[in-house]
Amino acid sequence: MKILAVCGSGLGTSFMVEMNIQQILGELGVKDVEVSHSDLSSATPGDADVFFLAKDIAEGGSHLGNVIVLESIIDMDELREKVTAVMKESQKI
Amino acid sequence: MNGFLNVIVDILSQPAILVALIALIGLLAQRKNIPDTLKGTTKTFVGFLVISAGAGILSGSLAPFGEMFQQAFHVSGVVPNNEAIVALALNEYGSSTALIMFFGMVFNVVIARITPFKYIFLTGHHTLYFACMLAVIFSVAGFTSFGLILTAGLALGIIMTLSPAIVQPFIRKVTGNNNVALGHFSAVGYAASGIVGKLVKGKNSRSTENINFPKGLGFLRDSTVSIALTMTVIYLIVALVAGPTYIEANLSNGTNYLVFSLIQAGTFAAGVFVILAGVRLVLAEIVPAFKGISQKLVPNAKPALDVPIIYTYAPNAVLIGFFSSFFGGIVSLLIMSLSGTVMILPGVVPHFFTGAAAGVIGNATGGLRGSIVGSFVNGLIISFLPLFLLPVLGDLGFANSTFSDADFAVSGIFFGTLANYVGKTGIVVGLLAILAIMFAFNFKRTKTDAANQESIQEAK
Repeated sequence: MKILAVCGSGLGTSFMVEMNIQQILGELGVKDVEVSHSDLSSATPGDADVFFLAKDIAEGGSHLGNVIVLESIIDMDELREKVTAVMKESQKI
Repeated sequence: MNGFLNVIVDILSQPAILVALIALIGLLAQRKNIPDTLKGTTKTFVGFLVISAGAGILSGSLAPFGEMFQQAFHVSGVVPNNEAIVALALNEYGSSTALIMFFGMVFNVVIARITPFKYIFLTGHHTLYFACMLAVIFSVAGFTSFGLILTAGLALGIIMTLSPAIVQPFIRKVTGNNNVALGHFSAVGYAASGIVGKLVKGKNSRSTENINFPKGLGFLRDSTVSIALTMTVIYLIVALVAGPTYIEANLSNGTNYLVFSLIQAGTFAAGVFVILAGVRLVLAEIVPAFKGISQKLVPNAKPALDVPIIYTYAPNAVLIGFFSSFFGGIVSLLIMSLSGTVMILPGVVPHFFTGAAAGVIGNATGGLRGSIVGSFVNGLIISFLPLFLLPVLGDLGFANSTFSDADFAVSGIFFGTLANYVGKTGIVVGLLAILAIMFAFNFKRTKTDAANQESIQEAK
């Protein structure tokens, strides 16, 4: 399974979200999930199974398919809740 | 023995190998396993070479642009774009940039530890770009080898801690908490927007979020799209003024001048795209290592994060701020064209990222009016400051591109001016003085804390 965090230029925000997702996966004890980050231009629907992006670029990333929109990208509780839901859905936990 | 030394010198003067070594140290310090260490080190190594390749693509497009602009308007035209200027500068200043970045991060941790400014700057690409600018300015000022790396590293560490501190009062107002900080080197523009917002706040100023604002411009957040579109507009305007005769005879080798311009504009965006991919590879290991190590050494620090963290707090202000800042850029361009100076062309990327943040902060302090006026002022700041930065950049001041964000220009002008008037000693004394002042805040803080304690006691 692969998760991709996406932001406008693929440098700062998406990288931070990636590191936070990795931390949460560590806490949940999930091992076989690959997380990386990318800019909006490069991301294509085939790149990952789930895409995480912030509310402000949700419009530009709607073509990606399985998109999880984050209301606030610095809210760890929201991220934890959404990552946990994805992991439960795909029966990783 | 001499042969061995030469090999060492050759290794250290190859920035790609140098950053790979820094990544390797970081990975070893985190006790990563061998496959991860090997993977991370290799990716960093290749990433740096990707940046150089991107620089090649980009300079192929910037050179004819510079000539066309000169022919059309008889002054130089400068496109502020961090990726472009950094990639060009890394050819010559790569090794010192890598080492300054490393020492900048070390000093950031030290300063956050010993002063009350508890900010750890985690926006890696800005750290890299800033290290690169300091490498240029401090080299032009006459610093070499260890002196260059230590002083510029100290300067970087100070700025990494001070820049988030300047905007923190406004970030508290936007986010409603004090847990995160903003790590984006345009803090001077953001603080200006916050202050202006406060000044223009009307009696019943409503928030930007209470109005209906058209959606559908989200595609501009895609940096490849927005760079290609603006560069196309700029190239076509310049080509139309320069005229087909000149371009087809001197630059395009007979290809139609508009077709040539379109391809060059696309090439510019392609160059930035490649550079960004390289930057991503270089930072992939360095940033998590820095984050992990700094969290251990300064546990109560606030992470200073990239600018889009505040966009979700006021999405309308993001768009209003962009337009208003871009408008400020166009007004500045008109003023420059009338006064006959070098022209700083408004780029969509810097105006989007910094204008949007200025809009959000202006909204927090002064509602809709604050958002519009604050980000307009930001637009003026990021247009006019680069004019004064160009002369301190040495040969790089003639590259038809420059650093785009406010803090680059403010610090660059500060250090460049110090170098011109009081020389290298002036810079060293200046840095130590700033450090001493930051350290002195330790005592001021204890005093106010004591005062607070007293007032609490009295209240009881």
